[in-house]
Amino acid sequence: MNKRWFATPYLIWMVIFTIVPLFLIIFYAFTVKTDAGFVFSLEPFIRSLEPTYLKVIGRSVLLALISTIICLILGYPIAMILTSKAFSQKSIYLMLFVIPMWMNFLLRTYAWLTLLEKNGFINVFLRKIGLNPLNLLYTNQAVVLGMVYNFLPFMVLPIYSVLKKLDFSLIESAQDLGANSVEVFTKVIFPLSIPGVVSGITMVFMPAVTTFVISRLLGGGHFFLIGNLIEDQFLTAGNWHFGSALSVVLMLLIIISMLITSKYDTDKEGSVGLW
Amino acid sequence: MSESIVELKNISKAYGSNTVLENINLSIRKNEFLTLLGPSGCGKTTTLRIIGGFETPDEGNLLFEGKKINTLPPYKRKVNTVFQKYALFPHLTVAQNIAFGLKIKKVNQSTIDEKVKAMLQLVNLAGYEDRDITSLSGGQQQRVAIARALVNEPEVLLLDEPLGALDSKLRKGMQIELKNMQQRLGITFIFVTHDQEEALTMSDTVVVMNEGIIQQVGTPTDIYNEPINRFVATFIGESNIVDATMIKDYLVHFADYDFNCVDFGFGENQPVDVVIRPEDIKLVPEGEGMIQGEVKSVVFKGVHYEMQIQAKDHVWLVHSTLMEPAGSRVGLQILPNDIHIMAKEVDG
Repeated sequence: MNKRWFATPYLIWMVIFTIVPLFLIIFYAFTVKTDAGFVFSLEPFIRSLEPTYLKVIGRSVLLALISTIICLILGYPIAMILTSKAFSQKSIYLMLFVIPMWMNFLLRTYAWLTLLEKNGFINVFLRKIGLNPLNLLYTNQAVVLGMVYNFLPFMVLPIYSVLKKLDFSLIESAQDLGANSVEVFTKVIFPLSIPGVVSGITMVFMPAVTTFVISRLLGGGHFFLIGNLIEDQFLTAGNWHFGSALSVVLMLLIIISMLITSKYDTDKEGSVGLW
Repeated sequence: MSESIVELKNISKAYGSNTVLENINLSIRKNEFLTLLGPSGCGKTTTLRIIGGFETPDEGNLLFEGKKINTLPPYKRKVNTVFQKYALFPHLTVAQNIAFGLKIKKVNQSTIDEKVKAMLQLVNLAGYEDRDITSLSGGQQQRVAIARALVNEPEVLLLDEPLGALDSKLRKGMQIELKNMQQRLGITFIFVTHDQEEALTMSDTVVVMNEGIIQQVGTPTDIYNEPINRFVATFIGESNIVDATMIKDYLVHFADYDFNCVDFGFGENQPVDVVIRPEDIKLVPEGEGMIQGEVKSVVFKGVHYEMQIQAKDHVWLVHSTLMEPAGSRVGLQILPNDIHIMAKEVDG
């Protein structure tokens, strides 16, 4: 079929910008540069297992996990409220969630910088009401806050779209069979929304574990996540081999987490349907 | 007459400016098979949802065993519903669907297993326990929905057009099964349908509704033979309805003829509507009978022929097992018993 040729530009794009770079990363990850040129070596990987770097990887996963859980705890009720009768007719409320996403990611994060600074809005306010200013910026909490703030819509939207499609008569029939509102939620609404929850978790966890902008702005220079480490290896330290090895480790982390989440995604509706 | 289990008293309901139910009064007896019948939008489903607890009436009272339950939430009511599109839980198996209500009531597992098994037996789905809901046919899903409701041993079972999605053969089979189940279990069934044949086949009592108002309540025979107004007459089966004048008791004038009839009490020279069922008109040779006309069209309907006969000022619909060819002239004979007189409705 000639129609196949329509895929060619996309194929070329994929090869140049995804497959070739991927192979380059893998190539660099398994080699070191010597005077004789590139030779095969596991040294970059062995280096990434050093305690200093394991700590960075551990912190990245932990902060991403915390952010994902907070996003879920905040996002699920928000999605439910948005689908409720009072709000569903007015798309304005959903828009309120989407509009910040139209703004530049950096700008949004910079905005928090001015809020959390030593002489920022929050501390000025605290001083006004006679409280001691807090050290808000450059903490784990600030990084988590930045992640939750930036990635919350990615949790709300997939859950919202699953809940919106939920057949209301299922809820009524659960009530009819004697379920009170708590039981309706735990036995019907939540189990049926799992595909949305799974894709929400994936869509928050992945950018959160890889981010380097949020941690650099809100975590300060000394606050390294794996994303910062990789960035640093490529742009500052110039050690492409180690940077590539760390990228492969990060990729493995993401693949493992997607495999775990896809176990719970029976409908294959979310973005993890790939697996 | 056994006591009434559900009573609707002066119930009205509106959505905004749109009145859906107007002053509904209805008393439903224990162990009765009652059908709410009417065209779509007549308020029959809203009535059912009020009984189920999914809507609250704006005015009036809903009584269950004599107690007012207007705002009692659905999960506290001793009624269960079979929903129009079954509303089975797609994430649960057949057995888990049926067990849903019992699990909520914290019945112990061995009792649940026993009851689920018995229910599957009852609806002819033994062995389907672990099947996926989505792998079932429409008819099977329907049975699971009925089993899921019945396993809770409700006092009243509400059924919202439960046979609507089935093909006609399956439908007929399920009608008989449902009726049998209702008689065996001794549960009150409140059944909603727009299919008049279904209503006549299954019910003890038929409630005909239109535009939010109850038109007539009666046994299937009453409703069919003695429709109270034009709407009921046309909605239930086919009929000829003509303007007539009640000359005096037992004598009515229409189609240039004075017919003897069995009705009385309408006063003298009163305009009335006359209903004659097409199967009650007998074709006789021209010159005999009360009305003369020409056969305009003949349609074979299986059991009978449907003929349109052009008389002087009216086209009569006649059902007969004997066929008169189109174009032939015939006489129509109508016996006093087959003439049903209805008071004229005030237009508006």
